[in-house]
This record gives sequence, C-alpha cells and structure tokens, in this order.
Amino acid sequence: MHIVDRRLNPGGKSLANRQRFIRRARSMIKKSVHEASGERSIKDGDTGGELVLPAQGVREPSFRRSASGGVRDYLLPGNKEYVVGDEIPRPDGGGGGGGSEASQDGGGEDEFRFALSRDEFVDLFLDDLELPDLAKRRVVNAEAVTYERAGYSVSGNPTNLALLRTVRNSLSRRIALHRPKPEELEALKAEIEALSPDETERRLLLEEELARKQRRTTLIPYIDPLDVRYKRFDAQPKPVAQAVMFCLMDVSGSMTEHMKDLAKRFYILLYIFLKRRYKKIDLVFIRHTHTASEVDEDTFFHSPETGGTVVSTALDEMQRVIEDRYDPSSWNIYAAQASDGDNTASDNERTADLLVKHILPCCQYYAYLEVGRDIEHFPPGFIRRDSDLWQTYEAVVQSGAPLAMRKVGHRRDIYPVFRDLFARKTGSEAATA
Amino acid sequence: MSATLKAERPLFEGADWEFSTVQRCHDAIQEIAVGEMGLCVYPNQIEVIGTEQMLDAYSSIGMPLFYKHWSFGKHFARDEAMYRAGMQGLAYEIVINSNPCISYIMEENSATMQALVIAHAAFGHNHFFKNNYLFKQWTDADGILDYLEFARDYVLKCEERYGESAVEGLLDAAHALMSHGVHRYPRARATNLRMEEKRERERRLHDEQVFNDLWRTLPGKAAVRQDPTALERRRALLQLPAENILYFLEKSAPRLAPWQRELLRIVRQIAQYFYPQSQTKLMNEGCATFVHYKIMTRLHEKGLLNDGAMVEFLRSHTNVVFQPEYDDRRYSGINPYALGFAMMQDIERICIEPTAEDMQYFPDIAGKGDAMAVLRDVWANYRDESFILQFLSPRIIRHFGLFHVLDDGDSPSLKVRSIHDERGYRDIKRTLARQYDVGWTTPDIQVVDVDLAGDRKLIVHHRVLNKILLEEADAKLVLQHLADLWGYDVLMKEIDATSDAVLKEHTVSPRAGALG
Repeated sequence: MHIVDRRLNPGGKSLANRQRFIRRARSMIKKSVHEASGERSIKDGDTGGELVLPAQGVREPSFRRSASGGVRDYLLPGNKEYVVGDEIPRPDGGGGGGGSEASQDGGGEDEFRFALSRDEFVDLFLDDLELPDLAKRRVVNAEAVTYERAGYSVSGNPTNLALLRTVRNSLSRRIALHRPKPEELEALKAEIEALSPDETERRLLLEEELARKQRRTTLIPYIDPLDVRYKRFDAQPKPVAQAVMFCLMDVSGSMTEHMKDLAKRFYILLYIFLKRRYKKIDLVFIRHTHTASEVDEDTFFHSPETGGTVVSTALDEMQRVIEDRYDPSSWNIYAAQASDGDNTASDNERTADLLVKHILPCCQYYAYLEVGRDIEHFPPGFIRRDSDLWQTYEAVVQSGAPLAMRKVGHRRDIYPVFRDLFARKTGSEAATA
Repeated sequence: MSATLKAERPLFEGADWEFSTVQRCHDAIQEIAVGEMGLCVYPNQIEVIGTEQMLDAYSSIGMPLFYKHWSFGKHFARDEAMYRAGMQGLAYEIVINSNPCISYIMEENSATMQALVIAHAAFGHNHFFKNNYLFKQWTDADGILDYLEFARDYVLKCEERYGESAVEGLLDAAHALMSHGVHRYPRARATNLRMEEKRERERRLHDEQVFNDLWRTLPGKAAVRQDPTALERRRALLQLPAENILYFLEKSAPRLAPWQRELLRIVRQIAQYFYPQSQTKLMNEGCATFVHYKIMTRLHEKGLLNDGAMVEFLRSHTNVVFQPEYDDRRYSGINPYALGFAMMQDIERICIEPTAEDMQYFPDIAGKGDAMAVLRDVWANYRDESFILQFLSPRIIRHFGLFHVLDDGDSPSLKVRSIHDERGYRDIKRTLARQYDVGWTTPDIQVVDVDLAGDRKLIVHHRVLNKILLEEADAKLVLQHLADLWGYDVLMKEIDATSDAVLKEHTVSPRAGALG
C-alpha cells in the first residue's frame, strides 16, 4: 500500500476550467455584476461576491424525461396509514407523496449560483476603463526603478557571482605568480619514486624542489578573494506617470440622501477603479457646502454635514491644493465633481471663471456628474429645467474645454455613466468627450 | 468469528493522525477484510488531499486528471459556492476504479474517520470494483488513468491546432449526448483502453492512406431500383437502429473531421467507463457500508478501536444510513446507503438465522451459514435491478414501510397500488427494481434511419414509456447539437411504445459554423 500526500500539489487545478467558464458566461456575468453593483451597499463595493446567473445560458442539456404528465409509479418509504386502494389527493408542486421524487427525474436548477473572487469581480467590473490622456511622465522617486547590468564589481551578492570572470582572474594570477600545476608536482613525485637509492644528492635536490613547490601551492591559493567578481546592477529610475484625482462633492442641504448616495456610489466606483488600475495615484477629497475643505477618505464618504452651496469654494480649495502639492507640469491632474446642480446665483460666474482660467488649463480631464432626483418620482408633465451649474458648465463645454458632463437619476445608471466617462477612447476624443 | 484476542493498545487515541496511523489502520483493516472476510481487492493507494483538491475532484467526476472544459469550471464554481455558504459538506473520500485503487481521503478527517474511510473505500468499494461483473465487463481499471491522460493531451493538441472554440463546441455537443453514448449490451470483446489510443491512430492512418478521391468521380448507376429490401440493406450497412448515438455519429456522420470523431470517441469511452457505476449505486454503497460496518465492529472487538472512537464511528454511520420517510422534509428519494446496507445485513441474517418466511422466499441461501460467501457472490453477479428483484425480502419491505403509489396522469388523485403486506411484496419489489433499471430511467432513444436518397435527414425515435415525453426545452437543445454533429436535418419522433402512435415530432437544422 502506498500513502501519498497530495496536499502539497500545486493548487488551482480547476483554474483553467474556471476561466473557460467565466469566458463563456462572460456577457451574462457582466450583466449580473452590473446588477449586483446596483444592489450592493457601498462598503462591500470592493469585495467579490456571490452572483446568480440564469441557468439557461450555461445549461448542459441532455435527453431527459419530462417532469410532468404520463403514468408514474412512486415507491416511497415510511407508510403509516395507507392501505391498498386508498386515494391520495394530488399534491401541488413539491412536498408530500412523490413530490420530491418527481423533481429527481425531472426539473433541474432554475438559476446557477456561484461566487466570484474579488479580483474576478473587479476585473469584469472595470473592464475597458482607463484614465484619459495620461501624458505627463517623469522620474519621481526611488520606488520605480529598473535594474540594469553595469559591468562587474568586487563586492556583491553570492547569487550575482560572475563565475567566468572570477575564474579568469584566478587563472591569470596563478600564471603570473608561478603557482605550480598539479601535474608538475605529480611528475616530480614520480621522478623521486623512480630514483635509485644511491642517487642521494639528486634525491635531496628533488625533494627540496618538491617541498618548495608544495609550499608555494599552499601560499598561492587556487582562488583568492582578490579574484572574485560580481555582476553589477545599477538602479535606473523609471519615469512613471503620476496622477492625482480630485473628488469634489457637494454635501449641502439641497442634496437629499438619495443624491448623496448616488454621488458616493460614483466615487466608490472611481476609487476602486483608480486603486486597481494605477499603482501611483493620489486621491484628494474635497467636500463643500458654502465653505470647502479637504478631508480624508473616511470623512468624505461617511460623515454628514450640511449648509448652503457655493461651488466656487471647492474650486478654490482645489486650486490651493494644486499649488501646494501638485505641480501641473509633473502631475496628471483629474477631477470629478458631483453635485445636484444648485449653486448660489451670484457664484455661477465666478465658478465658470475659475474653472476656465485656473482649473481646466491644468487638468487632463474634468468630469461633472449631476445627481438628480429619481426620475420616476417626477410628476408627469413636469418639465425639468437644467440646473444653474449645468447651464454654466454647458457654456464652458461649448468653448471646447476638456470637461465631460453627465446626469444620473437612479443608482442603476451610475455604472453606465461611469463607464461612459472612463471608457477607453482614442486620444483626441478623450479631451473633448 | 474467530476467537477474539484483545490487542495491547488501540490503533490510535484521540482525533489526531499521521501517516503511520493511516498505515497501521490500513494494515489492521486489511487483516480483517482479506483474512477474515475474504475480500479480494486491487492494491491500495491512499492519497491525502485538502479541501480545494476535493472540490477539484468533484468537478472532474472524481477523476484525478481530465481534459479541460468549461462545464467542469461551472461545477467547481457551484460546488465551491455551496461549500463556502455551508450548504453542502464535502465527502470524506472519493475512490477511483483503477488499478491500483486510488482513494482520496480528506486531511481534516479525524483518525476514526480515516479508519472508516479506508474500510469503506479502500476495501468495500475496491472489492466491488474488482469483482462485480459489470465492472469487469465494461471498465478497464488498468488502463483508465493512462486513457484519461491520453484524452487530456489529445484535447489539448486539438485546441492548439483547431482552436479552443471549435473543440469546445464539439465537446458541448458530445456531452449533451453523453447519456446516449454507451453500449448497453456487451459485444464479445474485452475493452482494453491501453490499446485504444494505438488502434485509433492506426485506424485513422489506414483511412487516410487508402483514401482515393477518384472513387468520387466514378459515374453512378443509372437509377436506383426501388428494391423492397433497400431499406433493410441500408439499415444494415449503417448498423441501424443504433442506440449508441455517439458511436453512430463517430462512424457515420458525413461531415466530421477525423479529430472530431476522435473527440466523440473519447467522450463515449468515458461515458462507457461510468456506465456500470450508475447501475450499481445501491449495491456499491451497500457493499461498502456493510464492509466498513463489519470491519469497524471487528476492530473494536479486537480492542484496536477504543470506545470513544467507536461511538464517533457509530454516530457517523447512523447519519449515513438514515432514511427519511416520504412525508419528512428531508426526504429526497431512497437513500442507497440505507437500503443497500439494510439489504446486505438482511442477507447475512437470512444465511445465519432464517425465519420460516425467509425459508419460503430464499430457499437457496436461507440457513446456509457462510454469509460472507453468499455476499461475495451477490456482489460479483448482480446489479441494482436484479439485486432488488432477487433479494428484497418482505422483512426489509416492512421495515422501510414501502408502498407503491400510482399516478395515472389523468385522475385527480393518486392511488395506492400496494403496501408492505403479503399481497404487495411482489409488486413493490418489481416497481422498486424498475426504478433502478437504466432501461426504464433513461429515455429509449434510437437512430432508426437516414434518408440517403433525399436530403440525408437523420431520423431518431424516442420510444415513449408510460406516456412520459422528453423535457421539451432540453430535447430541442440536444437535438440542435445532434444536428450540428450530423451536418444535416434531424427529425425526432416520439412514439408511444404500446400503441406506436406518434405523439410529437421535432425537426432541427444544423447551424452554420456551430462547430467552429
């Protein structure tokens, strides 16, 4: 008998099959991921999770007998009261005599449930998205380096030992210092052996020679620390694109819970997307009422605040942060703004001015998301007027600035709009999208 | 039983185990299984695996290696989701009908469970695999692993050469027809999977060598005489009617490439390998459960199992052989472990202490004394259906309270046909046996004719038993696959087996480019 421990075998044996399955069910999985993203709470946006697929698409059909109709025999255990000839009312659906039996030879699963890992989920979720126009690249810090071969050095890591070079050095040193070769010693020994006993003088001479050579052999090592060379690697800094994303959110009193939820969902998506796709990216969270402040992630997403609405304060804050920390010449700057479109009437002009003169010139891309009430809740016949901010921004877009604007009314629209804003585009389109 | 010498100390204490424990258990169990019970088994190979590997094995029908296909990924995904959600536990073991017999045991089993698993799988199932006539006839335990390896590599090669989607399309179609890809009746030849690969290659090579395009250009006969025997001749030439649809397609489908035929053959061979297992589920589990119960009891008698381990074993054993009654929420058909184990024990009882009733029903074995010899014979020469017909005793029928309910489809109520009494035994036995008869449980579908003179339409019949038609949505999908493989239209008629009336017809046309 053999006992084999298979636990150490490489795992993931089913991975290839799983990938095939996901590829096959891709369109369905995508749809389901999309639906799941509407239902899920913000917090688990970045975890994987269980998906439900309609069984139809990944069905493995076979010839089976129908679950209904026809003459059927059921043989059941556990008789208590029945005697021959008893009539049992037909059970509807499952349960009771024969219900489960029928499902055994008949109907299959209605839907197919399985769990996607976090990575798979997010990959499908963010398929084909990218930041537009990531153009400015420069050398930032030691973090991004590549190592390149750069000759030899006398010190280094044993794994980098340059064997050939080391042996070559050793050989030349041995030749230069006349280290006796093993063959020479052997020959000398053989000669001494071969001498007849009476050649004492010659023997002494030879033995002295041998002793001298042996001493030399020990004095001059085969490989000396002097010979050892290591391959040298130099760290070359690698230019990387560094980017910063400004998230501006209106948290004023006019934003209802629904709108805030929409805006937060949008930022969550953005956050996941950036974290996943770009290693080096800074996020700046700015929220504003009639005043604006830079806050941390947690406050941004979770803490409540309320007040009036002055949009330009947020832009001021953003401009201040840019001047402080993000030099537009070396940073790719992106901004996403979410608001319900309300603004103090007197502020509109200043906002447009700030945007056109200061913000947009240093931004690669500026996305404006207007969150509205759930459209279904609008009374019929009610004509929606574009909001102040929308009108203001529309004028800016007319002038050809890199500003994208979208409206969102329901959380199921968040994902399509998000995809729309960050879909992979050709360079020229991206700027004017 | 032999006189019991108490062992010095038990095989293990507590739940922990290591490889030496497994070895000791195996040796002690072997002594009982082979020495006392006279089992004859393949050499054992016990492999310790973890959870993920168990799930892997689940998705590839328990086999250690398999070709790649999305459907296995689907099963893996579902099993994994169920397992993670705690909706489904994992089996303690999986055993493979191969030589040497490979048993997978889970690393998280306790020492008692490992002993149980070894007794159950490495001796119970192993004995059954080696001795049952169906397995001897249909499967090649020596060659299966090699064949699977060949299959995996062949599929891989095809994927490289013809593209993954082409292979996937073909395998989808073949899998849909898998249940109708087995020979139900043995021909006079022993299967030898080891030779399969070589023969297949030679056959194709020969076909390619003797292929001569000139034959195609020969002028045909002026007109085909309408010979009354033409139909018979044609059917004989195509070996029709054929119930092994995959075999028929492999040999006769006009538009398949050689590699596609080979893939059909692989799926067919694997279906054939599993065919005996579906016919002996009850006996196989009954045999293994009986064997483990006997062995564990003997180990305890010999002092090799301490009382704690015995209680743990009994608890697990009773869970396994639990049969919920029909009105229980947990009821989902008859538990093969429960019925199988009960019947095996009953046979033992009949051999050793028969009642007057047993004498009447089982004159051949009642009071014969050597129960193991009788059981070994039963395990070797029966399948579920014949086993029930032969050995379902009135006592078991009463014990399970079996009763037969008839649903004639039309009347508003179901009728109790027979119950566990003198008049009902025969009917119950026959009805239960029929539930285990693959001839009754899988629809009888046969290729009956090909319209060679016309549009090459393939004609398939389903002989409808008890007026139960095919599940329509599924049947359409499978027929679509069949049409894709055949390359021309397929007509299926569902014909009532008693009246020969055509109940339903389906016609499908092949899709362009369905097979890549």
